[in-house]
Amino acid sequence: MKPKFAMYWAASCGGCEIAVLNTHEKILDVDANFDVVFWPVAMDAKYRDVEAMEDGSILLTLFNGGIRNDENEHIAKLLRQKSKILVAFGSCACEGCIPGLANLSPVGEIVQTAFHTLTTDNLHELYPRSSFDVPEGELYIPKLEKVLRPLDHVVDVDYYMPGCPPESHQIAAVVDLVIKVVKGEAELPPKGSVIGAGDSTVCDECPRARNVKFIKQFNRIQDVAPVDPTLCLLEQGIPCNGPATRSGCNARCPNAGAQCIGCYGPAEGVLDYGARLITAFASVIDANDPDEIEKILDGIPDPVGQIYRFNLAGSLLKANREAWKVK
Amino acid sequence: MTDTTFEPTIIGFTCNWCSYRAADLAGTARMKYAPNVRLIRLMCSGRLDPTFVLRALSQGADGVMITGCHPGECHYIEQNYKALRRYLLLKRVLKGMGIEPERVKLVWASAAEGAKFAAETTAFVEEIRKLGPLHWRKKSDQFSVISEAEQKEVAA
Repeated sequence: MKPKFAMYWAASCGGCEIAVLNTHEKILDVDANFDVVFWPVAMDAKYRDVEAMEDGSILLTLFNGGIRNDENEHIAKLLRQKSKILVAFGSCACEGCIPGLANLSPVGEIVQTAFHTLTTDNLHELYPRSSFDVPEGELYIPKLEKVLRPLDHVVDVDYYMPGCPPESHQIAAVVDLVIKVVKGEAELPPKGSVIGAGDSTVCDECPRARNVKFIKQFNRIQDVAPVDPTLCLLEQGIPCNGPATRSGCNARCPNAGAQCIGCYGPAEGVLDYGARLITAFASVIDANDPDEIEKILDGIPDPVGQIYRFNLAGSLLKANREAWKVK
Repeated sequence: MTDTTFEPTIIGFTCNWCSYRAADLAGTARMKYAPNVRLIRLMCSGRLDPTFVLRALSQGADGVMITGCHPGECHYIEQNYKALRRYLLLKRVLKGMGIEPERVKLVWASAAEGAKFAAETTAFVEEIRKLGPLHWRKKSDQFSVISEAEQKEVAA
């Protein structure tokens, strides 16, 4: 009997699923070596089917998406119970990613924005309710939680696979490894490891030339013309998140002429991604006068968005203070 | 509104070459200052990783005081300027996270300025007392599901 495989999406965009399909024919290896028992995007399955499974009967579960509502939380706990290996797959499950930026706002404000935008006339002030009575019985939709949480804030996680989404060649390598482990030809890395990524920084993989940096002004990349294609972007005054970001993507963005935005999460040994970037940016500012430093810092108009774009929910502070209050 | 029963917890990061000695001097001279600050000695204010500050605040500190040598007097030539730049960027980030930037303070104090160290500490404790407790959530289970009542509030 083939070992069982599951993949689930919680609060995510679906890009992780696309990245898995982007492994091309490697996906056939998954099918050849695993019995896919639960994968809502790819096949029909019911939660009650998973509930009926024996504990620990699924060998490998790739869980993408953060925990935003009680349904996400329920399925996370359910899949933990049913899986031998639970992988936080992709940036959302590892550290919150873009959905985690909602942790800057109270949940009431999020609902308001979604149902009462400039382009939405909500004439009857209709908002979602968690339950509703209809003649056939009670309808139920999941309840929002105050903030988005990474997977490991809710359940025990065996491995982390970062990236938004994880690079397909990295996914293929992990699939190969697990197949080898199943066949008894390889060993799993220690629990809690980051898999499918490097252990250095994006700068280490970046081919751009680096010198001592003296920054007099930070600029958005679209305001720099022309951008030197061979010189470090940070050196050109473009806030690039490479110094704090884990390697593994082959410096894809800097290679394509764009700054690193940090989707591979904190590099090895970095406790707080944003703090590491504060250090990196502050070190290159070429000014010692407080007023001049402030003026240069004005070039980063949204510091939290800049340094925590993918990492807010997984950072030390986790959320804006306002997000804990409901209204 | 000032809570008179609230005693702020302050973490102080002091430089080995100046402000830690200033604190020592304040002690040997028996100067009185607020007992709320817990000092952690660093070799230089430039050693201050902003992670230390974020961790302190997220683990129960109400304020963080960073002290270093006066500009131009750093034992390691210019690392206190790096501390200054980090501090200014860190304050902007704290503001974005809904934390009053005044909860983190940078003070320059030389080894001879015990009196200044004592006065600044006391003043900072009083400032934090006015701001009130920070009460940052330490564990994520405190982020759990909204109660029924709160859910209605959101829907209302």
